[in-house]
Amino acid sequence: MNIYRKRKIIDVTMRAAAFLCAIFTLVPLISIFSYVLSRGATSLNLSFFTHLPRPVGEPGGGMSNAIGGTLILIGLSCLWAVPMGILGGVYMAEFGNNRLGSMVRFSVDVLNGIPSIVIGIFAYTLFVLPMKSFSAISGGFALGVIMIPTVMRTTEEMLRMVPHTLREAALALGISQARTIVGIVLKTALPGIVTGILLAIARIAGETAPLLFTAFGNRFWHQSLNQPIAALPLQIFVYAISPFDDWHRQAWAGAFVLISIVSLISLISRFVIRPRYRFSQSR
Amino acid sequence: MMGIKTRFVDAGFQKATTAAALSVVALVALLLCHMIIHAMPAIQKFGWHFLFTSTWDPVKQNFGALPFIYGTIVSSVLALLIAVPISLGIAIYLAELAPLFIRGPLSFFIELLAAIPSVVYGLWGIFVLAPFLRSDMQPFLSRYFGFLPIFQGAFYGVGMLTAGIILSIMIIPTISSITREVFLTVPSNQREAALALGATRWEAIRLAVLAYARTGLLGAVILGLGRALGETMAVTMVIGNRAEISASLFAPAYTMASVIANEFTEATGDLYLSALIEVGLVLFFITLVINIAARALIWRVSGRVKGEIRK
Amino acid sequence: MEDEVRVSDLSAYFGDTQALKNINIAIKEKMVTAIIGPSGCGKSTFIRCINRMHEVVPNATVTGKVLLRGQDIYSPGVDPIEIRRKIGMVFQKPNPFPVLSIYDNVAAGLKLNGIRKRDDLDAVVERVLTMAALWDEVKDKLDASGMSLSGGQQQRLCIARALAVKPEVILFDEPCSALDPISTAKIEELIFRLKQDYTIIIVTHNMQQAARISDSTAFFLLGEMIELGKTQDMFTAPHDKRTEAYITGRFG
Repeated sequence: MNIYRKRKIIDVTMRAAAFLCAIFTLVPLISIFSYVLSRGATSLNLSFFTHLPRPVGEPGGGMSNAIGGTLILIGLSCLWAVPMGILGGVYMAEFGNNRLGSMVRFSVDVLNGIPSIVIGIFAYTLFVLPMKSFSAISGGFALGVIMIPTVMRTTEEMLRMVPHTLREAALALGISQARTIVGIVLKTALPGIVTGILLAIARIAGETAPLLFTAFGNRFWHQSLNQPIAALPLQIFVYAISPFDDWHRQAWAGAFVLISIVSLISLISRFVIRPRYRFSQSR
Repeated sequence: MMGIKTRFVDAGFQKATTAAALSVVALVALLLCHMIIHAMPAIQKFGWHFLFTSTWDPVKQNFGALPFIYGTIVSSVLALLIAVPISLGIAIYLAELAPLFIRGPLSFFIELLAAIPSVVYGLWGIFVLAPFLRSDMQPFLSRYFGFLPIFQGAFYGVGMLTAGIILSIMIIPTISSITREVFLTVPSNQREAALALGATRWEAIRLAVLAYARTGLLGAVILGLGRALGETMAVTMVIGNRAEISASLFAPAYTMASVIANEFTEATGDLYLSALIEVGLVLFFITLVINIAARALIWRVSGRVKGEIRK
Repeated sequence: MEDEVRVSDLSAYFGDTQALKNINIAIKEKMVTAIIGPSGCGKSTFIRCINRMHEVVPNATVTGKVLLRGQDIYSPGVDPIEIRRKIGMVFQKPNPFPVLSIYDNVAAGLKLNGIRKRDDLDAVVERVLTMAALWDEVKDKLDASGMSLSGGQQQRLCIARALAVKPEVILFDEPCSALDPISTAKIEELIFRLKQDYTIIIVTHNMQQAARISDSTAFFLLGEMIELGKTQDMFTAPHDKRTEAYITGRFG
């Protein structure tokens, strides 16, 4: 076969292979979604959302405490991680072009790359050991640590995108630096920052590993924040590895609810926040 | 009067932001300290042998992390072997070959894979992937490739191979999207130079794009490796959780993250717990080195793209 | 003098926008034909139609015929790969492959065509680098990266690379616009020598350059070819008023 024919065959083959790679990757995606949908959505009923889990082995019950627990853990982590992340991002964008800024940037990168289970260990040594108990607080701390790099980076990026002329105009009008940054720059960048926060929330909503020995899980509603608390991903995990069929069904249902929550958050950030952001940019 | 108050507020504000930024540094330092302090009992007792011993015996209080280090590395490398060619194919297709109207939707769907929580992957792994492997794929591999030591022995559906496959699916979005970003930085006149010489489309990609983007590609791969190394839940649910080193990919195994996930709350005694924390410390350092290497490579090749990598 | 390239009723489109309108032109062999005109007149689009590079851009289409020694390069059975080997191109910004050595840059086209033997490659590499007046400057550092050369040298490297696959026609798209005057002079000299063996079409916005090195000149304006003629005649006594206006610098 002459070289020319060979080259054409290789060309067509490689291009087809690239296409197949893309299609092939959709297979697990479709599989996961169809299973979650078929096994999960069908197992959903009202009691799933309103009932507590039944004792081990007994069928029925729901994941109301797990869903509630996840929401509470998200709230706790946002409570401390969002302000810290935004303030830190403000520092990086407005004051951080120096050696300290580089060190901070490096730390943020390091923090972002730490496996979430190691962060769980950290929360354990910091909170669970001294408190001598698993707690929602330690879980909220662990999830917050995971959130901070995302929130900080997004805040910094969005602030950097606000044109300098805006800052200069405000300062020239006699507005203090603090008020300029907060009242004007931050406000302009806010939609983008909120998007970043929402995406960070979507990420921690699904995190299980750091909660294994911090929030720990609870068959009932927690009584206070320094007690173990149930969480949706934790519950899915425990049910999935159990030997009970009914719990397996509920695990799929839980997965359905979890993915729905994550999708809802992503959709909100994409379609509600983004269009507004474009509008504010054109001003 | 107003001037003094404003300056006070400004200074306070700046201090607050600086404090927040420094807290991040403090967090990392604190994490490292805590890990080292609590791992100390095990470090002192086992020394360097910890990294090279295979016994993990809570009863005799003898702990060696080798099976977990082995399991982590092998499962991650396996994941890379599967994910890298596929990610390359995806990146090439999306950046160079696909018609414009397909690019948006297709890349959206592939990104969707990244949004699925690890525990859901694990759920799917237990009830869909593992049975499939046990009933179809592993018998096939055993029958036709059983002469290779990696495909010998009994198969259960769960094991190293399953973990490698599920990890590869999880890191494909990462590697392919960064690779695609790197491809987009290749100037178009490079491709034109190749085409003008009479190259086929594949030859032009090979000559102009792949060669130019080598360093960035390597960075993407290493970043994918970093993610695979730290992945916990999906792996725990399908790897079989047995602290043994075996040549066969069908055999169950154990990773550093998995042993911590499974045994942390059951650890009896301080030495046991501290051994687990030391495993966490080892995991921390391995992922740290890998992530720094990845950042350096990506930054070097596309300095201006670095800050712009947005998802 | 044969017609090497004959273009009839060539029109080129980017999507719905028409960039070239019914171009009819005959390029004589072993001569330099210059294409001049103001920015946006379609001269780059024109030469990219000749080696079928225009269609590489998404949604770009071509109608009409381009005959290379009588054969229509746009007829359905013809493979663009073949055409592009026969019609070489040198670009505005020098674009050697940065990860390849000087040697490998020149040999790139040869290797694609299956020529791998070291001796064969050596011979061709030396021949074309000599033709491109680069051999003496790089013969001791053939393994150095293509990017280690100056702008002018890189462009000559690109010319050598194009010459290596033995084209019949060479297209130059404003080859000197990114270069300093000395490099420009060297390349003009090179083109002047190359025309003994190759048919050359050069796009340039520099009229003095066109006057210096070309035998025929075509003036393009807004996607149409206004006038074609012997360079000397074009620059001293153009027929069309618009040509005269451009040449005397009244616009462009």
